[in-house]
Amino acid sequence: MDVLYFAWLRERIGLPKERIDSRAATVSDLVEELRGREERYAAAFADLSAVRVAVDRELADFDAPLEGVREVAFFPPMTGG
Amino acid sequence: MRIVVQEAAFDFGAECDAFAADRADMGAVVTFAGVVRGDGGLDAMEIEHYPGMTEAALAAIAEEARTRWSLGDVLVIHRYGRLAPGERIMMVATAAPHRADAFTAAEYLMDYLKSRAPFWKKEHRADGTAWVAARDADEDALSRW
Repeated sequence: MDVLYFAWLRERIGLPKERIDSRAATVSDLVEELRGREERYAAAFADLSAVRVAVDRELADFDAPLEGVREVAFFPPMTGG
Repeated sequence: MRIVVQEAAFDFGAECDAFAADRADMGAVVTFAGVVRGDGGLDAMEIEHYPGMTEAALAAIAEEARTRWSLGDVLVIHRYGRLAPGERIMMVATAAPHRADAFTAAEYLMDYLKSRAPFWKKEHRADGTAWVAARDADEDALSRW
């Protein structure tokens, strides 16, 4: 699946988008997998209360299932308007 | 309903004029523009968004407004990229047979757009840059709906 990062998550991780072959069942599992990769991921996902997630471009919870999902995006709380 | 996400500036006057034209069935048109505030020596406001999701999220918010109030039409324009103080970031317009629906729906659109549409603001100042943190008040504002 494609994993996208926006705003300070993009800056902290150092890239806007990457393709990840993961067997993670849920968003939380994916986060755990990413945290274990490298320090920059661990830093970006240190405080999940500051992170929001979208699954296939719809806002979702961290327990959302990932089966059949094509795109997951992580970003801080939105500040539009 | 029209949803526009663009980098370029928009002509607020022309958009309002076109939106309000030829609406004999709509007694009320409400328009709102958001402007970059030049607080504390702000040089620029950079706006990032999530192409593909942004348009869908805005359309969903506008659709929800149409189910809640009697609206004839909705317009949302939101910019991204680097904006200078005084530039218009975004606008919403609502048309309704009666003004209460037009006013209330415009407020609803603004409240949801601030916290549920994937935009992020970054402030540029002489001494550096900082991402704008979401305000609890903005999240709390959703509870009244």
